[in-house]
Amino acid sequence: MLRLHPYEYHRPRTVNEAIALLAEHAGDAMPIAGGTDLVPNMKHRLFTPGHLVSLRGIEEMRGIGEDEAGFTIGAATSLDHVATDEAIRNALPSLARACSLVSGPQLRRMGTLGGNVCLDTRCTYYNQTLFWRKALGYCLKKDGTACHVVKGGTRCVAAHSADAATALLPLDAELRIAGPEGERTTPIGGFFTSDGVWNRRMSPGELLVSIHVPRQRAGTRHSFQKLRARDSIDFPMLNLAVRVDFEADGVVAGVQMAASAMGSYPRKLGKLDEGVAGAPLTESVVEALAREAFRQCHPLTNIPVDAEWRRAMVPVLVRRAMVEIRA
Amino acid sequence: MRETLSLTVNGDLIETSAPTHYTLLETLRYILGLTGSKQGCDKGDCGACTVLLDGEAILSCILPVQEAAGRSVVTVEGLAGGPRPSPLQDALDLTGGAQCGFCTPGILCSATQLLAGNGSPTRDEIEHALSGNLCRCTGYTKIFEAVELAAAACRSGRTAGEVLAARAEGG
Ligand SMILES: Cc1cc2nc3c(=O)[nH]c(=O)nc-3n(C[C@H](O)[C@H](O)[C@H](O)COP(=O)(O)OP(=O)(O)OC[C@H]3O[C@@H](n4cnc5c(N)ncnc54)[C@H](O)[C@@H]3O)c2cc1C
Ligand code: SF4
Ligand code: FES
Ligand code: FES
Repeated sequence: MLRLHPYEYHRPRTVNEAIALLAEHAGDAMPIAGGTDLVPNMKHRLFTPGHLVSLRGIEEMRGIGEDEAGFTIGAATSLDHVATDEAIRNALPSLARACSLVSGPQLRRMGTLGGNVCLDTRCTYYNQTLFWRKALGYCLKKDGTACHVVKGGTRCVAAHSADAATALLPLDAELRIAGPEGERTTPIGGFFTSDGVWNRRMSPGELLVSIHVPRQRAGTRHSFQKLRARDSIDFPMLNLAVRVDFEADGVVAGVQMAASAMGSYPRKLGKLDEGVAGAPLTESVVEALAREAFRQCHPLTNIPVDAEWRRAMVPVLVRRAMVEIRA
Repeated sequence: MRETLSLTVNGDLIETSAPTHYTLLETLRYILGLTGSKQGCDKGDCGACTVLLDGEAILSCILPVQEAAGRSVVTVEGLAGGPRPSPLQDALDLTGGAQCGFCTPGILCSATQLLAGNGSPTRDEIEHALSGNLCRCTGYTKIFEAVELAAAACRSGRTAGEVLAARAEGG
């Protein structure tokens, strides 16, 4: 049995009300969307805010809108809704797929896309009960001064472990963020930092309101791949989102990849176009891309399961993605 | 700190006073005495706490109780809706789909939602619907067979027992 600490639960109806509540209780308040990450973390005493500001009753943060420019998805829209929406499945299949692979069915009805983007980083030495953490000795992500993953390390390298967030990177998604100072829009590409303690360029008083995904070009294909122990419930041990842009004549115009469940942010792989642009997507091109992805990906021992094996699976996920993209 | 909430539980509109930091599961089990929903992992991993919230199977161990206010909760205690077990409960009993029974209340809730929207689910659809419910005993096969049997019983207007008897006679 894992009890929660006492807190006050607020249920605002608008974004402005929610921001005002977070400001009023600054330092002692957190937003809660689906709660599927935050509630287990609170049960482990990783967070003990005196005030929770629920986003579930905020109508303007829910639902999926579509226009010429693309899709606008409210941050508090459930993963299940995104995964099963016909329009999203047709236009943004990699995003629908990533959402459909998060945990199990009950959790996807609760967890939200915004909560996935704002997911706390995870670590073998962090996602544990207070008793467990105390017995081992606290780490620098919470209450301690040492890192148990990188001996002598002074930075937390807990793993970014969100699937939908990784899928949003090669889709060029933009995040609409509201705070006491007003609203701003930021590309998801610049949202994450390498600080495992708080890996988002967003202050605790701000709210992610919606996620905008631009309409993809006709020649663009995406794939999302995930490695996990069981085909349900489990967090990613590695995930990969791939985008290939094709010219009208079928040759490759460009390749993008984002991979995560390694370090503290989803990593955008570089230099993938070299020697690939202008060529058709042949076996040997796929192999060259798989080798390059392997070279750039370095899973850590921050989450269970052998890091060497997870690294060896990088080229496998690249090949699986390319099979899907060429189909 | 306590909060008074009204919600519908198994068809009855009730008012209850729960500590503000209780989950729906804790409220059901420790205030309302409905101990059918199980507290397994208590952190979203296992599905033993699954209940229906406005008809949708969700995890009550990670749902702050305030989110159930004004809504309708159905637990395993409310599935039968009468003195006789529901066709699904009946089928699970007849196929041997429950062994220790710890996962059963959650399995029943997930499967109830599936059958409410799909009278003839395929094996794949059943596996998918139950993929958030862990069972350590059965190996799942008998559970899947039970859902198929319940669906067949509902389609033919017979009880699960009658469907099995007819099958045994080759009919
Ligand atoms: C058993 C289990 C398995 C899981 N498996 C996976 C998996 O396979 N893949 C995966 O990606 N995730 C997984 N998760 C993690 C999580 O459930 C999902 O990532 C989910 O999308 C989180 O959304 P939420 O709305 O529940 O977030 P919450 O728990 O409500 O919030 C998460 C964090 O984000 C903040 N937050 C939420 N919404 C906003 C907002 N709009 N603005 C600002 N801050 C916000 C909260 O304050 C909190 O810090 C799993 C969780 C569990 C318990
Ligand atoms: S990476 Fe190090 S500091 Fe960060 S949570 Fe893990 S053990 Fe703690
Ligand atoms: S008790 Fe709720 S998921 Fe395990
Ligand atoms: S019957 Fe024992 S866990 Fe399923």
